[in-house]
Amino acid sequence: MIYLQLFITFFKIGLFSFGGGYGMIPMIEIETGQWLTTQEFVNIISISEMTPGPIAVNTATFVGYRVGGILGGVIATTGVILPSLILILSVCGLLNKYRKHPLLESIVWGIRPVVVALIIGAVALVARNTLLKEPISINDMLDLSSLQHLEPISIAITVLILVLLLVLKLHPILAILVGAVLGVILKYVGLF
Amino acid sequence: MKKIFLLFITFLKIGAFTFGGGFAMIPLIEREIVEKRKWVSQDSMINIISISQSFPGAVAINSSIIIGQRIGGYPGAVAATLGVTLPSLIIIIAVAKIFSYIWEIEAIKAAFRGINSAVIALLISVSIRIGKASLKDKITPFITIVALILLFWIKIHPIYIVLFGIASGIAYYFFKIKKSGKN
Repeated sequence: MIYLQLFITFFKIGLFSFGGGYGMIPMIEIETGQWLTTQEFVNIISISEMTPGPIAVNTATFVGYRVGGILGGVIATTGVILPSLILILSVCGLLNKYRKHPLLESIVWGIRPVVVALIIGAVALVARNTLLKEPISINDMLDLSSLQHLEPISIAITVLILVLLLVLKLHPILAILVGAVLGVILKYVGLF
Repeated sequence: MKKIFLLFITFLKIGAFTFGGGFAMIPLIEREIVEKRKWVSQDSMINIISISQSFPGAVAINSSIIIGQRIGGYPGAVAATLGVTLPSLIIIIAVAKIFSYIWEIEAIKAAFRGINSAVIALLISVSIRIGKASLKDKITPFITIVALILLFWIKIHPIYIVLFGIASGIAYYFFKIKKSGKN
């Protein structure tokens, strides 16, 4: 039953992901591996950056639609949102009261550095699939033999845009636009 | 009833006009909810955002649920959630529909290679920002390093990495209690 499977997968993603969309990426990659290639997933991350809305919802809708049509999209999206809805509506009053409790503060203290690691995992995932000629899964990241397939032009684009983001505080949407334009130009001058 | 509808419309607008994920939505949520509608004060808004980060799930969704509930109870929470999600749902289904056709165009493929390179830069800048905000003492960078080893080397499922973070937090709490007990 594909719809039930979609629902359970995205419910699990919604339940165990902290720190917003970017921290969810490694989990979504592993959980949706049966339905998407890594390259497709990296494209979905890019599409999510270009369309409005949270990345978790975007990915859920995209994967759900691919696997089970419009109904699949709706079911996957419902699955990813439902844990938040249930948890918040049932315990938000309590949490508001105990928000300053040292145990809760310690748990948040422990989750935040882990989210940093998960976002670095997301960087590695997209990087190894864009800066290399051969796509690769998050589980094979440490296989260094793939490094011989590095793509210098893609690396140059990443470095250039990173400088624009960090130094000139370029808006993320403009960063995407610069990337797209550079990609097309480089294609037509034969470098890509 | 009018309030529930207004909640839906307001969050529909927020969902339709924020690019770049949940954190990018926060300024727009503030403008609509605090400044325009005056549904919550600036102080409680800051509160809501920090609470929504301690729940799993997307920050934008979580804060919509909390605000919706405060203003319109359970129906309000559902209306706000539907409103903030619906634009993504419609747009992504439309994109997914045309994606397989346009993917055959060479220029689109080239554009996507450039975009994917840009996304790496975006993710790096996000991890620098979140790293700076999260790693403020001597123990937290160590937790990040252990989590990275678990993720890349031991290759365990990200769920266990999140549980490792929660366990570290609980251990830290009891360590602090023990320490303050001795003093």
